[in-house]
Amino acid sequence: MQIGRRLFLQGSVAAAALLAIPRALLAAAWPEKAFGAEAAAKAMTELFGTDQAAPSTAISLTAPEIAENGAVVPISVETTLENVRSVSIVVEKNPRPLAVTFDIPPGTLPDVACRIKMGQTSPVTAVVQTDSGVYSASKEVKVTIGGCGG
Amino acid sequence: MATTIKVKVKLKGDVAEVKSLMLHPMETGARKDPDTGATVPAHHITQLMFDNNGETVMTVNCSTAVSRDPYFSFSFGGARAGDVLAVRWVDNTGESESTEITLG
Repeated sequence: MQIGRRLFLQGSVAAAALLAIPRALLAAAWPEKAFGAEAAAKAMTELFGTDQAAPSTAISLTAPEIAENGAVVPISVETTLENVRSVSIVVEKNPRPLAVTFDIPPGTLPDVACRIKMGQTSPVTAVVQTDSGVYSASKEVKVTIGGCGG
Repeated sequence: MATTIKVKVKLKGDVAEVKSLMLHPMETGARKDPDTGATVPAHHITQLMFDNNGETVMTVNCSTAVSRDPYFSFSFGGARAGDVLAVRWVDNTGESESTEITLG
């Protein structure tokens, strides 16, 4: 089959345009609706299609009992659950409860840590999504000075 | 070019322990400037990507509830000395920053 010169050129232009798309757009989009949700249940539904997460002892959530400074609360989550797809941290009483979501591709260990802000004393929940369901572990963190500005 | 991302990787066998620190104000959009009383607009990292030899090993989606100058750590398997780990973030204003580190 002979490809006309015009068609070939059009194809090249289209291919070049595809290559020019920034990587960020190719990665999974930032879940704006889940992060904008003002209730923990709504954020969960946006992310996982359900607000139900089964409590699991296979998730280990490390957080301070008392956070003196709500602006910097160290949180780490580790789990022995298998085929983990994502780990999220939800702070129930923050204005927008979903704090962060780690997307975990195969080969990456479900063992993550970060530092988050907390406006007030609240339960902090680690939500782990696996191939077989959604699981969670919670811990109450007391906050002495809120860290959401204002 | 100088980068504001600090990354440290420790190799333990084929598992790479990654610790990363970014410089970013992470404004929530709720804080008021103490001098002018004007609301400081939201300015926060939305997505942070780690690619090892071009393969995604971690994507972190952030809200404004991630602390100023964010810190993240995680580990991934299948790593070898000489692998190149690329780190890149984008924020809600479209700014971005990236760096690379060679493992080992």
